[in-house]
Amino acid sequence: MSPRPFRLRKVNSPPLISGFKPYGKKKDEDLSGSVFLHLEEYEAIRLCDFEMLNHQQAAILMNVSRPTVTRVYSKARKKIAEALVLGKQIIIEGGKIYFDSEWFSCDSCGCYFNNPEKLENPTECPLCKSTNFHSYQADIYREEIKSYESVDVCFCPSCGFEKRHHSGYRCKDENCPDCGKRMIRKNAPFLNNI
Amino acid sequence: MKIAITSTGNSQESNLDQRFGRCSFFAIYDTGTRSIEFLPNPNKDTEEGAGPASVQILASRDVKKIVSGEFGLKIKGLLDSLRIQMIVLKQPEKNINEIIEMLNR
Repeated sequence: MSPRPFRLRKVNSPPLISGFKPYGKKKDEDLSGSVFLHLEEYEAIRLCDFEMLNHQQAAILMNVSRPTVTRVYSKARKKIAEALVLGKQIIIEGGKIYFDSEWFSCDSCGCYFNNPEKLENPTECPLCKSTNFHSYQADIYREEIKSYESVDVCFCPSCGFEKRHHSGYRCKDENCPDCGKRMIRKNAPFLNNI
Repeated sequence: MKIAITSTGNSQESNLDQRFGRCSFFAIYDTGTRSIEFLPNPNKDTEEGAGPASVQILASRDVKKIVSGEFGLKIKGLLDSLRIQMIVLKQPEKNINEIIEMLNR
């Protein structure tokens, strides 16, 4: 049996810097060690702590499952904590990742183009100079991410009764007050794009 | 700024090549001097790794944009980190002259 294939993590853009160095050394302390923060861990920190997304949303953007994001994220936290406490250097490199940028599609010439300068949004189509273009993938992502921001709802498959989901309790442990059937989660969160 | 266009032949009347790594020629258009240079692609018949090798050729010539019909999986990440813009044009009937005209507009 071969193991499950490794899913490459998608990273939006490389970090601005390649690491951090400690300064202000107390005497007699040896601060020579360094920790290697992988790029996927950097991306998890960026999405979860800087962009303030939840793990489910970060998972969609990194094109992996939610548990994978949680695992990568906790590893990242561990490494950063180690660097802070022991005064180690952080080097951001490595990791099995690929970079991806946003794609756009032009309405007037029908071409697709990407945006390698991620910090700025494109103003015109690079081919025909038309301003009539729209984001190609981002729309799909945005909608998907939005669906996880909405409140979870329990749903009765036989009569359609809906109630707000209480986190920590399984939907299928509750019965519908109208017809007594088992409830299920409405719009169950699973990743369609995997 | 230099823009590479994948071409099926070495004249301005040739059509856009729908493949990137194994295209016949690269037409390198300089928007500053408005000159076109045709480069034969040495990776045309390579079995593996044609894409990255082609990227290397274009990156060494300081190309900033590439127009082609399609880009392979290995290429996208590579071009992304080199900050070269990919433009995908799924119109094989367009010739090099028409594309340059579009770029000049």
